[in-house]
Amino acid sequence: MSDVTNTSEAPKSRWAKIVDSDLFHSFLRSKVTVVAACGTTILFLLAFLAPWISPHDPFDLASLSIMDARVPPVWMEFSDPRFILGTDDQGRDLLSGIFYGMRISLIVGFCSVFSAAILGISLGLVAGYMGGRIDAIIMRIADVQLTFPAILIALLIDGIAAGIFGNIDREVFAFYILIVALTLSFWVQYARTVRGSTMVEKNKEYVQAARVIGLPSIVIMARHILPNVMGPVLVIATINLALAIVTEATLSFLGVGMPPTQPSLGTLIAVGNDFLYSGEWWIAIFPGLALALLVLNVNLLGDWLRDALNPKLR
Amino acid sequence: MSVLDIKDLKVEFPSRKSVFVAVDDVTLSVDAGKILGVVGESGAGKSTVGNAVIGLLQEPGHIAGGEIYLHGERIDQLPYNQMRKLRGRKIGMIFQDPLTSLDPLQTVGSQLVETIRTHMPFSAKQAEARAIELIDAVGIPDPAERIKQYPHQFSGGMRQRVVIALALCAEPELVIADEPTTALDVSIQAQILELMKKLCEERNVAMLVITHDMGVIADITDHVAVMYQGELVEYGETTQVLGAPSHPYTQSLISAVPRPDIKVERFPVVNYIEKAGTPQKQIDISTHWLGKSRDYEKVDGPLVQIKDLDMRFETRGSIFPSQRKYFKAVKSVSFDIFEGETFGVVGESGSGKSTVARVITGLYHPSGGSIMFGKTELTSLKNRKDVLAMRRQMQMIFQDPYSSLNARMRVRDIIAEPIKFHKLASSNSEVRQIVDDLLDHVGLGVAAGQKFPHEFSGGQRQRISIARALATRPRFLICDEPTSALDVSIQAQILNLLKDLQEELGLTMLFISHDLAVIRQMCNRIGVMRNGELCEVSDCDALFEAPKHPYTRELLDLMPSMELLSRANLQTT
Amino acid sequence: MIGFATRRLLQAMIVMLVVALLAFTMFRFVGDPVNQMVGVETSIEEREALRERLGLNDPISIQFFRFVTKAAQFDFGTSYQFRQPVSDLFAKRIPATLELSFASAMFALVVGIPMGIYAGLNRESAVSKMFLSVSLIGISLPTFFIGILLIFLFSVTLQWLPSFGRGETVAIGSWWTTGFLTVSGLKALILPSITLGLYQMTLIMRLIRAEMLEVIRTDYIKFAKARGLPDRLVNFRHALKNTLVPVITITGLQLGAIIAFATITETVFQWPGMGLMFLQAVQNVDIPIMSAYLLLTAFLFVAINFIVDILYFFIDPRLRVGRP
Repeated sequence: MSDVTNTSEAPKSRWAKIVDSDLFHSFLRSKVTVVAACGTTILFLLAFLAPWISPHDPFDLASLSIMDARVPPVWMEFSDPRFILGTDDQGRDLLSGIFYGMRISLIVGFCSVFSAAILGISLGLVAGYMGGRIDAIIMRIADVQLTFPAILIALLIDGIAAGIFGNIDREVFAFYILIVALTLSFWVQYARTVRGSTMVEKNKEYVQAARVIGLPSIVIMARHILPNVMGPVLVIATINLALAIVTEATLSFLGVGMPPTQPSLGTLIAVGNDFLYSGEWWIAIFPGLALALLVLNVNLLGDWLRDALNPKLR
Repeated sequence: MSVLDIKDLKVEFPSRKSVFVAVDDVTLSVDAGKILGVVGESGAGKSTVGNAVIGLLQEPGHIAGGEIYLHGERIDQLPYNQMRKLRGRKIGMIFQDPLTSLDPLQTVGSQLVETIRTHMPFSAKQAEARAIELIDAVGIPDPAERIKQYPHQFSGGMRQRVVIALALCAEPELVIADEPTTALDVSIQAQILELMKKLCEERNVAMLVITHDMGVIADITDHVAVMYQGELVEYGETTQVLGAPSHPYTQSLISAVPRPDIKVERFPVVNYIEKAGTPQKQIDISTHWLGKSRDYEKVDGPLVQIKDLDMRFETRGSIFPSQRKYFKAVKSVSFDIFEGETFGVVGESGSGKSTVARVITGLYHPSGGSIMFGKTELTSLKNRKDVLAMRRQMQMIFQDPYSSLNARMRVRDIIAEPIKFHKLASSNSEVRQIVDDLLDHVGLGVAAGQKFPHEFSGGQRQRISIARALATRPRFLICDEPTSALDVSIQAQILNLLKDLQEELGLTMLFISHDLAVIRQMCNRIGVMRNGELCEVSDCDALFEAPKHPYTRELLDLMPSMELLSRANLQTT
Repeated sequence: MIGFATRRLLQAMIVMLVVALLAFTMFRFVGDPVNQMVGVETSIEEREALRERLGLNDPISIQFFRFVTKAAQFDFGTSYQFRQPVSDLFAKRIPATLELSFASAMFALVVGIPMGIYAGLNRESAVSKMFLSVSLIGISLPTFFIGILLIFLFSVTLQWLPSFGRGETVAIGSWWTTGFLTVSGLKALILPSITLGLYQMTLIMRLIRAEMLEVIRTDYIKFAKARGLPDRLVNFRHALKNTLVPVITITGLQLGAIIAFATITETVFQWPGMGLMFLQAVQNVDIPIMSAYLLLTAFLFVAINFIVDILYFFIDPRLRVGRP
C-alpha cells in the first residue's frame, strides 16, 4: 500500500465528492428511497406554494357558497368539475384545503422539530460533557418526561394554557401553544441521544488532546464534539418531523390543536369525521390520505438515513 | 498426510468500485501436533485465511479459487449443514477478544455442555463431566464450581482459557487461533501460549495461529507463513524464516521488530510498506520557529518532580461519604524527569501508567501529592492564565491514531488550533506558514493540510498528532503508548521520528508503554509500575541486565524470546 | 436482590413525587379553584370561608403534603364539570380503559414479537421486507386515521362490527364491568384494540428486528457458529435472549404508552374510558380530573418500569451475581 496519497491529483469538486460518496450510492441503490425523496419534494412544494397553485382560496369567505357544500369528487355522481376532490360542509374546495392544511402541518412540524432539536442538543451536550450533578438533574427531568407520551404532554400543556389564557385567545395562541407542547414532548429524545454520543466522544483522544491544548469546555463542546454527534441527530430530526406532523394532526383532530379558522390536515379530518356515517366519506378520507402520504414519505427517508448512517449495518 | 491442506486459495471481496483480493494464491499445510503461524501486518489477509478454512467469511467475501482439504477431504465446497457439522467437531476456533467471545447470559458450563452435546452422543451428565474435565485441562482451578459461573465472573485470561476449552470440546483435529493473545497482558499471554503449545502436543492437534506478533511466532510455532497484501511471501520452518529471511519484506519486517536484548540507534528504514517520508531539511533550533521565544525559565535539577502522587476514582457514589467506594489507580508514586531525557514508564493494563500521564497533563486532578514543573507546583495553580502557560509547555501524543484526530476538521485546522488559541503567531499567514512547516517536518508534505484525517493511514495520522503536539512549542512531551496501535514497520518509523525530534528540539519526554522492547529502544531511565505502585526506577541498561524488583524480573522472563530473529541490518549501540 | 429492588423502588417514588408536584402545581395555580367551585353571585366572604375550609390559605408545603396524602388514598377532589368526586368518576371508567389496553397490548405482543424475530433472522427474505414495509405504513398512519379507516371499512361499508361503545357488559363484583364475556362486547373490542395496538405492534417488531441484527454481529454469536452449534440454538438460546434486555425496556415503555394513547382511540370509537373523560376535561379545563389522570398514568408507567427492572434482574446475570 503506497500510502503517500497521490498529491498531484487535482482535488475533486464538492459535488463530485457527493456523487461519488457511499451515501449517495446507497441512496440510488434503494429505489424506494428515491421515490420517497421525489414524493417528499413534490408534497413540500405543493404545501409551500399553496397560495399560488390552489384552484380556490378556501379562506376567501366571499367565494364560498353553501350551495357547493359536500359536493363529491369528480368521478362520482352529482359532482362539480370545479372541485376535483369535492368540497367540505361549508363548500370549500377540498384539494385547496389539503394544500393549505399541509402547509400549516409542515410549518408546525418544522418549527417544533427545530426548537426541540436546539433545546435537546444543548442540554444533551452539557449533560454528557459536564457529567456529575448537572447530568443527573437533566437526565432525571428527562426520565420524568419520558413517563408521559408526547401526546399526553401536549394535551396537558394545551389544557394548562387554556386554564391560564382562557379559551378565548386560543385562535391567536394555538400555533405557539402547539410548538411549545411539541418541543417539550420531543426534546428528550435529542438530549438522550446527544448525551450518549457525547459521553462516548468525550473519552476519545481528540477531545483529550483539545483539553491538553487548554481549550475551554464551551469551545470543545461546540467545535469538537457537536459536529461529531450530529449524525444520529439528523436521523432523529427526520423521524421526528414525521412524528410531529402526526402528533399535531392528532391534537387538531382531538380539538385542541389548530382551530378551524386555520385548519391543518388534522382539523380537516376532524371536520370530515362527522360526515363519515352519512356517506360523505371524502371529507375525512382525502385529507387523511394526504397526511398518510406525507408522513410515509418522510418516514421512508428517515429509515433509509438511519440505516445508511449506521456504520454497523454496512 | 497433513491435517490441513490449502491449495492456491483465493478470496475476493467484491465492492462497489472494484473486487478486493484479500487472499491470493496461498498454499499451506499443517501437520498433526504442529503449530503453523501465519504472520503479517494489518491488511495482509491472514485472518481471512482462517475464516475461509472454517467457512465463516464475512459477506460479501467468498472463495474465488483454490481448494481446502481436511485430512484429504475437500471442505471448501461443502453445503452449509455439513460444514456446520465440521465446525467445532473437526475444526475448533479461538477468537481474539475473550471479553466478547462468550455469551454473557449463559453459564460457562451450559455453553460447554451444549457444544459437547451438539457434537457427541453424550447424556447431560456425561457432558457435564466432560466439561469439568476440559475446564480442568485448561488450567482453571476448582472446575466443578467454576462451570456454574457466568463469563463476567472470570478474568480476561481465565475467559481465554474457557474459550480454548470450548474450542477443544469435541476433540477437533485442527484449531484455528486468530490473534489469541493480542488482547491480553504479557504475563497472561505467556501462560496462554504455553497452554496452547501443551494442548497441541498432548492431544496431537494441528494448530493454525494467526498473529501480527513476531514474539508469538518465535515462541510457539514450528512453521511460519509470512503474508503481505494477500500474498504468501515466505513459508518455511520458523527457525529458518526468522533467522535467515530470504524475501526482502520478511527481512525488513524482522529488522523493524524492537528487541529487548539489544538497543539500536535508529531502526533501519522500512520502505517496503509505507514510504517513511523524511523531513526535507534539518531544523536549526536557533533560527527556526520551533526554537523561537522559548521563554521558559531555566531549571536546576529535574524538570518534572512527582511526589507521592495519588489518584483515586469513585466506583460507587453515595451521598454518605462513608458509603462511597474508590478505586486507587495510582498510589503514592514519586519520580523525577530531567531536562532532555526520555523517562519510560512500563506496566501491564491497569497498572496506572496512563493515569499518571493524564494527571500530569491536567486531564485528571490528583487526589493527593504534588507535581512540580520547573519551579511551579501544578496542583495548586488557580489562575487560568497560569494554567494555560503550563499547558503550552507540555503536550501529549495519544495511543489511538483513529480517535485522536477530530474527523470533521481539516488537518491544517487541527494543527493550527493550538497556535491560534495560544496566540503564538501574529497573522493568519504566519499560522499557515508554521503549519506547512510542521507538516513538512513530520514527513507528510504540505499538501496533507487540506485533507481530512480519514484520508490517512494510522502511521500518517500519528504524524499529524505529533505535529499538533509540537505546535505549541512544548518543552515536555508525553507519549502514551504512541505506537501500540500500529504495525511494526510503521512503529519503527514513528519511533525514529520521535528520536529525531527529541534530538533536534532538546525535548524532555515521558514515554509510556506496555512493551518492554519498545521502552528499551526509547528511554534513558525507566520506571516499572504495577497495580498503581511504582516498583522500581532504574537506568535503562541496568534494568534489563540487572533488574532489582522481583516483578521486573518476572516481566523480563515472560517476554517472548527474540533470539531467533535475524540481526542483519541492525546497528546496535 | 432486595437492595436492588429497594433502590429501584426509591427512584420510582421520587419520580412519583415529582409528578405529584406537577399535578399539585397545576391543581393549585392554573385558574383559581375557588372560582371554579362557586357561582358568580357568591359573596367575597363566602369565597374566603370556602378558601379557608379548603385549606388554600395554608403554607404551600402543607398544602402539597395534604395533596399527596389525599392522592395516596385516591382522593383527588371534586370535578368542576360533574360536581362529583373524581375518584368515583375514574372508578366507573377504569375497567373500560384497562380492558381495551390489555387487548391491544396482547395484540401488539403476540403479533409483533414473532414478526420481529422472523425479520431479524431472515433479513433478506421477501417476507421480512414485506413486514418492514407494512410496519412503516403502520407507523406513518396516525392512530386516529387508522380508526377512521377501520370504521369506514368494517362498520359503515361492510357493517360487520360496531363503530362505537363497548357493547353489552357484565358486572363482576361491585365495581368492575367486563366486555370480555359477551359476544357484542368482544365484537366491540376488535376495531378499537387493533387501532390502538397497531402502532405499538410495528414499533415492537422493528425494535426486535434491529436488536437481532445487532446481536447477530457480536463475537459470541460468531463464536457459537464457529463451534458448530445448530442454528436453532444460536438463534434462540444465544441471540434472542441477548436481545431481550433492550426489547423489554422499550416494550415496557410502549405498554405504558398504550394507556395514554387510549385517549385518541377512545375518542374515535366513543369508548367510555378514562381517556375520553380526560379529553373532555382538557377541553373544559377541569383541572382535578386532569391532575388525577396525570397521577394515574404516571403511576401505571412507573409500576410497569419497576416490573421491567425486576425482570432484568432475572434475565441478566451481570446484575444478579457480582464478580468474585
